[in-house]
Amino acid sequence: MILILLILIPLVAGIVGAMTKNAAKNIALLSAIATLVVSILPLLAIRGLDGILNSNASSAHWETVWSMPWIPKLGAEISLIADGMSVMLCMLTAIVMTVTIIANWNKEVERPGAFYSLMLLSQAGITGVFLAGDALLFYFFWELALIPVYFLCSQWGGERRIKVTFKFFIYTFLGSLMLLAAIIYLANSTQGSSSFAWDAIMRAGMSLPADQQQWLFWLIFIAFAIKMPIFPFHTWQPDTYEESPTPVTIILSALMVKMGLFAVIRWLLPVVPDGVAFWSDTVITLSVIGIVYASLLAIVQTDLKRLVAYSSIAHMGLMSAAAFANTQVGMHGLMVQMFNHGINITGMWVIVSMVEQRWGTRNMKELGGMASTAPKMAIAMVIIALANIALPLTNGFIGEFMLFNGLFASSSSYHITFMVVAGLGIILGAVYTLNMVQNTAYGDAVEMKKGGDLSTNEYIGLAVIIALIIFLGVYPKPLLEMTSGMVMNMIP
Amino acid sequence: MNAIIAATILGIVMMFTGLFVKDKKTVVSIAAVLLLVLLGVNIYDVVFAEELYFSKDSKQFIFNNLLHINSYALWFNTMMTGCTFLYVLLLGKHIRQVGNHVAEYFALIFFILTGMYLLTSYNSLLMLFIGIEIMSIPQYILAGSDKRNLKSNEASLKYFLMGAFTTGILLMGITLLYGAGGNFYINSFNFLLTGELNPLALAGILFILIAFAFKISAAPMHLWTPDVYDGSPAPFTAFMATVVKAGAFVGFLRLFHISFGSLSEHWMMVLAIITAATLLVGNLTAVYQQSVKRMLAYSSIAQAGFMLFAVISVNGTAWQSMIIYAIAYSVATIGMFAVLVKMKDYTYDGFNGLAKKQPALAFFTTIFLLSLAGIPLTGGFMAKYFVLTAAVEQGNLLWLVIFALLMAAVSVYYYFRVIMAMYFKTGEAELKDEVTSTDRLLLGITCAIIILLGVVPHIFLGNL
Repeated sequence: MILILLILIPLVAGIVGAMTKNAAKNIALLSAIATLVVSILPLLAIRGLDGILNSNASSAHWETVWSMPWIPKLGAEISLIADGMSVMLCMLTAIVMTVTIIANWNKEVERPGAFYSLMLLSQAGITGVFLAGDALLFYFFWELALIPVYFLCSQWGGERRIKVTFKFFIYTFLGSLMLLAAIIYLANSTQGSSSFAWDAIMRAGMSLPADQQQWLFWLIFIAFAIKMPIFPFHTWQPDTYEESPTPVTIILSALMVKMGLFAVIRWLLPVVPDGVAFWSDTVITLSVIGIVYASLLAIVQTDLKRLVAYSSIAHMGLMSAAAFANTQVGMHGLMVQMFNHGINITGMWVIVSMVEQRWGTRNMKELGGMASTAPKMAIAMVIIALANIALPLTNGFIGEFMLFNGLFASSSSYHITFMVVAGLGIILGAVYTLNMVQNTAYGDAVEMKKGGDLSTNEYIGLAVIIALIIFLGVYPKPLLEMTSGMVMNMIP
Repeated sequence: MNAIIAATILGIVMMFTGLFVKDKKTVVSIAAVLLLVLLGVNIYDVVFAEELYFSKDSKQFIFNNLLHINSYALWFNTMMTGCTFLYVLLLGKHIRQVGNHVAEYFALIFFILTGMYLLTSYNSLLMLFIGIEIMSIPQYILAGSDKRNLKSNEASLKYFLMGAFTTGILLMGITLLYGAGGNFYINSFNFLLTGELNPLALAGILFILIAFAFKISAAPMHLWTPDVYDGSPAPFTAFMATVVKAGAFVGFLRLFHISFGSLSEHWMMVLAIITAATLLVGNLTAVYQQSVKRMLAYSSIAQAGFMLFAVISVNGTAWQSMIIYAIAYSVATIGMFAVLVKMKDYTYDGFNGLAKKQPALAFFTTIFLLSLAGIPLTGGFMAKYFVLTAAVEQGNLLWLVIFALLMAAVSVYYYFRVIMAMYFKTGEAELKDEVTSTDRLLLGITCAIIILLGVVPHIFLGNL
């Protein structure tokens, strides 16, 4: 019952917000904080307070929290299920939304009612994706998350927004349709009457002959690969990130890419295991190529937004490689890194948007000397940048370390090659991130066009992010605890 | 079947109203009331179906075995009559503006419904023929009802000539089947009973298939569609492209499932290729249109491609999917036309900036378009879902399903162009006449139906 609130609060707040004009921002903030509070509750329900604090991973794996019949003719149900991973991602969603709204509090948008209500609707969709226990419901939420983002980007975005967003929409929609074909096929193959329940779909998929699983794999994978995005399905991403208004870019890069990764773990790996086993080397190869390719492109970017966009592709590449490596340690690392990447990239975008507001440009060549003009902002940027290159004691470190470990331990015959090439990405990552810091924070000081150092709301937003970066860097145990049951169940 | 008799009588009543009532507004109101009566008769048929038709075996076959009533036909008729009612409410004002003979237009609509009722329940090929003709002839007249408009005349003539030609093909098919099967009854052809198929029967099936493909505007028999739909007055295009087409589809479904279902291996491949061609032609040509009305004409071809899935898949889900698709497509298209007739300029540019001027109207249009494109939470998604599920259940058609989904992605392009024009482009979208609060209410109800269909589709399936 608590879980349904996580979806209902933003949904209702979004609809109410659409009818109001100026109160929408307040409603959005209230709804985001409310979901944040509620998202912590199921954690207590699953593990108990004791279970969170003390290590004992044997507690219940699944928690079917809510279920009701929906379309009996098709066998679809409205069922929500939560394990450590989905609860963690729901928390991430709530945190990111709250920080985004707080950090952009002073930014005026046209028609705030429509803007914030669309943001909340997409939050409802994303949360729904993380909780859906029924394939058809999952598909509904998958699209519900997409449509508001399409309208957000096309109305409030940059100059080339219409074309770019449309490309993004067609890409993801095409992927979704392939997924739909796979869902129909799987639901038809379930035992007895057709069903969309997660375990029924999983059993149906697992019992299919290997050759069928192999092509089903691609039908499902393409949808998720486009969302993540994985090379070569990423071409929509840099343009879209660049043209979207920053709050939307945050939703896209911190949350929607997690949808892709989450979906791979929940709806692909267990459903077509033979297909995964057959194609995992191919996917890891693509991911690793993506890491190097995106890192190289990031180095030559001068636009801050594009730089962060490419860096995000590189990070996602590493995560997806680890997801397909099929090792326990890699999966543990993935859980930690999914959360941390969401936090870090949110911080990055907040900084980029502040730079753009103050200096009126995102071109690194025209920036410089932030350390002297806005020292607080520069400190925040350096910390977030260090987390982005996974320096020890920041949250990025432990996750990436485990991901590499997982990649190395994988049973693939190319695991050394994969690891070496992916490791190259880390070095390149340091190059472009430090390059960015150097170009913006140091050098000749460029005068700000307006504003000054951090305002209170920005200060709060960044403080939350930096606190999480350092806390989880030093003590990542809560994240590992939360998800260990789910990982051990998946990879015994 | 009380509805058939009622529709005929109401049609004649409607015709005579024109003699006594001169005020056009009153005529429209009378038509709406009479349609409500017809809807009532249909609901009565559904509610008391058990006592009226199914309590004894003999009662299902009426009019000397010419018709076979089943609960599917009753429910489908009710749903489509409901759509017609919605259509008259939404577009009645605009039908009034087409010409002087308003009462006749509505009378023709009643006759079309009569033809549709026959098509949903025929048991003999003769009734199939009569049903198709009763449904088609009024359409030829409606297409040409804007007498002073050359394009409307052209549409009418083109439709009539092509239609007459197809009638010939249909009759030829019926004759061949009679020769091969020994009688006209669709469930008791000799070759079905003995299982010995002769070339005569196969040729007959093919001829009938071609005739139906024409009626539902499937490629390559679709060439009349864009010109006719574009040339006819928009309010009538809305009706021809939706309810009438759905009626023809059920006729198609009925013959090919009940009668030729066991022979599906012989015609399935032909139909699968027709489906693929229809999807391809409809979607790709729609992309290049500049006029929204013409785009909707091609979109109706593309949507017919999806509906053909219900005919190809010989199983129970196919019957259900037909109803869902017919409602979802009809309601969204009728809504779309209700918006279109209010616009001064039918091109995409005519919609530029509509969202600023008429936010409610733009929002409703967006819902209609999302539904036509098949986005989840709208009826269009569920409709596509049902037809594709039917096809997957049938097996061996997965290639066609994937092809259809690719084409659905293409369709997003032309549907979203309207959304982009309304919301993201600046311009002065000009309206031909005012959008009253009644209009908004009705469009809102239409949207609500679409959303309901997208979230709880099974309530539109009744007890089927």
